[in-house]
Amino acid sequence: MQEVKASMAGNVWKIVVSVGEQVEEGQDIVILESMKMEIPIAAEASGTVKELKVAEGDFVNDEDVLAVIE
Amino acid sequence: MHLRRKENRYTKVFKRGGRNMSYLEELQGRIQKIEKGGKDKYHKSNEEKGKLFVRKRLELLFDAGMNIEDAFFANCMDGDLPSDGVVTGIGKVNNQDVCVMANDSTVKAGSWGKRTVEKILRIQETAMKLELPMIYLVDSAGARITDQIEMFPGRRGAGRIFHNQIKLSGRVPQVCLLFGPSAAGGAYIPAFCDIVIMVDGNASMYLGSPRMAEKVIGEKVSLEEMGGAAMHCSVSGVGDVLVKTEEEAIHYAQNYLSYFPANFRTKPNKVEAKPVPAFEKSITDIVPENQNAPFNMYDLIDRIIDEGSFCEIKKKFAAELITGLARIDGSSVGIIANQPRVKGGVLFTDSADKAAKFIQLCDAFNIPLLFLTDVPGFMIGTKVERQGIIRHGAKMLSAMSEVTVPKISVIVRKAYGAGLYAMSGPAFDPDCCLAFPNAQIAVMGPEAAVNAVEANKIAQLPEEDRAAFIKQKQDEYKENIDVYRLASEMVIDAVIDPNTLRQELVNRFSIYAAKNVSFTERKHGVYPV
Repeated sequence: MQEVKASMAGNVWKIVVSVGEQVEEGQDIVILESMKMEIPIAAEASGTVKELKVAEGDFVNDEDVLAVIE
Repeated sequence: MHLRRKENRYTKVFKRGGRNMSYLEELQGRIQKIEKGGKDKYHKSNEEKGKLFVRKRLELLFDAGMNIEDAFFANCMDGDLPSDGVVTGIGKVNNQDVCVMANDSTVKAGSWGKRTVEKILRIQETAMKLELPMIYLVDSAGARITDQIEMFPGRRGAGRIFHNQIKLSGRVPQVCLLFGPSAAGGAYIPAFCDIVIMVDGNASMYLGSPRMAEKVIGEKVSLEEMGGAAMHCSVSGVGDVLVKTEEEAIHYAQNYLSYFPANFRTKPNKVEAKPVPAFEKSITDIVPENQNAPFNMYDLIDRIIDEGSFCEIKKKFAAELITGLARIDGSSVGIIANQPRVKGGVLFTDSADKAAKFIQLCDAFNIPLLFLTDVPGFMIGTKVERQGIIRHGAKMLSAMSEVTVPKISVIVRKAYGAGLYAMSGPAFDPDCCLAFPNAQIAVMGPEAAVNAVEANKIAQLPEEDRAAFIKQKQDEYKENIDVYRLASEMVIDAVIDPNTLRQELVNRFSIYAAKNVSFTERKHGVYPV
C-alpha cells in the first residue's frame, strides 16, 4: 500500500484518476494549485487507486494524504 | 629460506619468535602482516555487506596506486591494531596528487585511538602545506572509549580533526566517501566536507546510535530510519549523493574532482569540449508559454551543456532546485536552476540551504555560476515562517551576493518577488542578466497582483462582471511588466532567442573568465544562519 502525499500546502485543483483505476509509477494522481503554479503529484509505485482522500477545491497541507494506492 | 642465504655482514641477524631472522625478513614479515588489516572474520563480514577492504578501495580510487604512505607502522608494537585502523597517504586522481585518509573497519571497527587521530591530523596538515585536495574514506565506529584521554579532549585530540577541516575548507576540495558508519563525533567529518557520497544500505551518520536513543530518550527506531544513507540524502540533506555500491561512490568522486582545481589559487582544468547532442525538440518547444504549467528543467540543461557532463549534487534533496556541476565548451560551470516540475519550482528552506552551500562551493574553487530562473518566489504560509524561511532565504542571498566568480543569470520564464533576488537578479551584480522573450519579472505574478491591488473593487462588482474585469487588469499588468519594457529600462541586459542560449553562454563565459574582483574589505560577514 502506498500513500500519495501532498508535497506542499495548496488547493486541490484537479483529481486526474478515479477509484479502481490502474496507475503506473510516475503517473500524475492529483494536481495541486499553489503559489499560482500547477503542482502535479505523481504515484511513487504502480498499483490500483484504492481511495481518494480529498475533493477538488480542498485545502491540503504539506504531507497530507491525497490518495491510497494498492 | 631465500633471504637467509643472502645474509652477509650487512644483514644483521635478529632473534625473533625463537628463530633467527634477517632484518629484511623481519621488515617483510611485518609489512605483510600489517597490509592484511584486521582478522579474517572481519574481512568476511565486510565482504558479506558488499564492503571492500580499505586497500582495495584505495587501489580503485588512485590512477596508479598510492605513491606515499606514512605511519604505516603506527601502533605496530600492539600486534592487533595494524596501522592503528587508518591508512593515510598521497596518490594521484585524474593525474592530480590528493591526500587521503581511509578507515580500516577490519581493525576494531575502524575506531579511533591516539595514533589514528594523529595520523589523520598529519595527513590533513600535509594537505594544508601542499594545498592538495583532501579525501576522507570513512568507515568508523567512532572513538575508542578505552583510549579517550589520549584521543578525545586534548590539543591533538579528535576535535583537532574538525578544526583542521574547517581550516582547509575553501582552500582545497574536501570529499567524503561514506562506506560505513560515521558515529557520534566522527559524524562531523562528513559534515565539514564539501560533499558526502553515501553507499545505500551501509553508510550511516548519527550522533547517538538507536541503542543509545532507546536508553536515553526512550525512542525506538532503526538505524536506517534514523541515520541511513537514503534518509540523509533525501530528508536531512547531510548527505549529498546516494550510490548503490562502493565502486560507484569512488567513480563519482573521481568524476566530481575533475571539475575542480587542486586548490583555491588555481582555476579548474579545461577539457575537450563536447557538443550538445541533437534533440528532436528545441528549447522553445519544451518551455511552455503558460507561466503556471510545469516543465522539466533537466531538458533545458541538457540542451546547453556538453553532452553527458552533468554531475548533480543533492539530487534527492529539495528537488525543486537543481544544483550541479557541468561543462560548457569544456569549462566547468556550476548550475543553479529552479525545477518547475517539483513543487512548482518554489523556493523552500531546504532549497535555499542547498543553493547557499553549492554557490559557496563553486565560488571557493573558481567555478563560474549559471542561474536558470523560473521561480514563483519563496514559499509562504505558517509552516515555512515557523521554519524561518526568511533567514534560510537570507543565507542563499548572502552566498549568491558575495560570489566573485563570473555569474550569469538567465530568466527562463518568471522571476517573482525575492525569487528574482535569490537567483542572482540584476541588483546582485551578475555579469549579465539575460531573458527569454516571454520572461516575466515582477514583485508577484499577474494573478496575485490583481488580487492584491484590486481586491476591494472586485468585491464591489456584480458577480458576472468580475471575470472580465480581472482579465482586463491582468492583461494591463502583464503589459506593464513586459520583457521589452524591462529591456528598455536596462533591467535586463539582453533578450535572447532561447535556442541560441548555449552559444550565448559559451561566448560570455569565455570573455568573463578574465574577471578579477574582490567582494568587500572586512574580516568576514556575519552569516544569517
